[in-house]
Amino acid sequence: MQNKSTHSDRSLAYVDALREGMEQEMADDPQVFVFGLDVDDHKAIQGSTKGLLERFGPERVFGTPLSEDAMTGVAIGAAMAGMRPIHVHIRMDFMMLAMNQLVNIGAKAHYMYGGQVKVPLVVRSMIGKSWGQGAQHSQGLHSLFMHIPGLKVVAPSNAYDAKGTMIAAIRDNNPVIFVEHRLLYYTEAPVPEESYVVELGKGRVCREGDDITIVGISNMLMEALRAQEILQDAKVSAEVVDPITLHPMDIDTICESIEKTGRLLIVDNAWTRCGASAEIAAQVAERFGGQRAIPIKRMGFADTPCPTTPALEDVFYANPVTIAKAAHTMVHPEDDGWTPNPEKATLSYQSQFKGPF
Amino acid sequence: MITKTVPSATDTVRLYRTLRYIRRVEEEIARIYPSDKIKSPVHLSIGQEAIAVGACDPLMSEDFVSASYRGHAAYLAKGGDLKKMMAELYGKKDGCAGGKAGSMHLIDMPNNVLGMSAVVGTTIPVAAGFALSLKRKAEGNVIVAFMGDGATEEGCFGETLNFSSLHKLPILFVCENNDYAIHTPSSKRWATDRLCERVATYGMPAVRIEDGDVLAIREAATRHIDNMRNGGGPAFLECATYRWREHVGPGEDYESGYRDRNELAAWIEKDQVPRLGGMLSTDEREAIDAEIESTITEAIAFAENSHFPDTNQLMAHVYAE
Repeated sequence: MQNKSTHSDRSLAYVDALREGMEQEMADDPQVFVFGLDVDDHKAIQGSTKGLLERFGPERVFGTPLSEDAMTGVAIGAAMAGMRPIHVHIRMDFMMLAMNQLVNIGAKAHYMYGGQVKVPLVVRSMIGKSWGQGAQHSQGLHSLFMHIPGLKVVAPSNAYDAKGTMIAAIRDNNPVIFVEHRLLYYTEAPVPEESYVVELGKGRVCREGDDITIVGISNMLMEALRAQEILQDAKVSAEVVDPITLHPMDIDTICESIEKTGRLLIVDNAWTRCGASAEIAAQVAERFGGQRAIPIKRMGFADTPCPTTPALEDVFYANPVTIAKAAHTMVHPEDDGWTPNPEKATLSYQSQFKGPF
Repeated sequence: MITKTVPSATDTVRLYRTLRYIRRVEEEIARIYPSDKIKSPVHLSIGQEAIAVGACDPLMSEDFVSASYRGHAAYLAKGGDLKKMMAELYGKKDGCAGGKAGSMHLIDMPNNVLGMSAVVGTTIPVAAGFALSLKRKAEGNVIVAFMGDGATEEGCFGETLNFSSLHKLPILFVCENNDYAIHTPSSKRWATDRLCERVATYGMPAVRIEDGDVLAIREAATRHIDNMRNGGGPAFLECATYRWREHVGPGEDYESGYRDRNELAAWIEKDQVPRLGGMLSTDEREAIDAEIESTITEAIAFAENSHFPDTNQLMAHVYAE
């Protein structure tokens, strides 16, 4: 995958990679359709569904009433009937209205009905951040879905994975919760024009290093890469791992990295309690338990709802500086007063990674 | 008002057979239940069979039904496999879901019976999703979505009515209104009882049928389904009925105080099984009854003789390939 990515000389934004993945699958399979509030309006979900209506028509690209519960049931029923719906929520927070259908029907149907039906469904949603989006437009709720057997959860951090996991999710015969991040939409990466799959359940080492493993989830993978640059100045070599899929989780790739580094820092775009970071920490502890003591630290949202004012929002999230400082302290506990050069930190914070991933 | 429509002789035979068949299957389930061989809660339709029988009678094999956890009647009326149903109630590997469904999640996709659900109302939008796919296929097929009166209080009910009407989906919503949500009567749950008026505002025909008259239900279902096959949109039937047994389990519950046995007596008067049976000659009726008994005996034996699933089945079917 990394090679393929490297070999593409076309740079594409995350939002366009999402759209291209859906468009190619819709062209290949007439059963694929896209629906959800505003998928067919002039803004086209920040551009991620742009042009699909014109190409595929209103039977395959249509807006819905604000009825997340029933629309999720409709998607599940259509999927059981052999169609391949992509149900879009412009913010992840609205998925709370879809929980009954996703948890009680979608996740369980294949099992509860003894394999008689399949639910090939993709549920797209976007996590927001900044611009004062606040408590109900910024939540990373992926761990709620990770808890439920029968669901898959994927959270691509870059354009290459956005396209490859979108195609994999559409082809998957199970409900896949597809977690996007608003701030990633205009980040670019080399993305091949042809159709390709990034296999669900496989993670990737994005930067190699020796001293500490940093696992970054969704947008926090980008922040972890920025932290990794900052840490280079302090001669701390961080290995950055992107799990890409949160369930099923590629714990092997994470543990192989820890074998080398001996330390684990998990940075999630969500709360830590009962979260993806807790799951990763537990699995790592079980894997190494009794053999090797692995220092583990988790970072995520402050344990509060998300505030709107930038003054408070800035301290709500982990950022490259706080991640770098935490990693540095884990590697050099004797020197926990280390602070990155402010100028360098600012530059890092602004740097846009363009891959390859 | 019992309809004066006189069914043809073949219609009478078919309707009686299905009514009697469902009644007897459930009476046998109730008989077996105290033995603890049935490994599942059961929500019996005894007394309510006429709705499933009347509404499914116009269906072709390519049409679908969906139903709630009180779904034995719909399953059987649509032609669901009785052996697989009984084995499923027994928790056996030859059950329709290999013992993972029980009574509340029956399914028979080869016979177009969608999976049932214990969470009230959840099957309603799923049925609309099937209806969307039927509309896209444009082969004139329809789905009948059964629900109880409690389900009409769920948000997804109104949401689904709106979406189905907006998209002119070929779906017949059938409310089996037995007046009780577990033990709470609709008078404690509904500000008004004008359910059909509520539904009609979504832009679909909505008709209430009193007395559980199987012929009236069949006539209304046929009319609306014929319309849908020709591109018409959804319709709604509210069928008054009465649950003779307890909410869940094989017995009666008239001594518990929340309802009066006199309510039952009025509905026994209107029972459609003897009504249709009375339209047949004794010989005809006895022949049908004997055939039904032998079918049920065979299905029970099938369930008894089937084995429990291997423990390695625990992990099977969590994810589809």
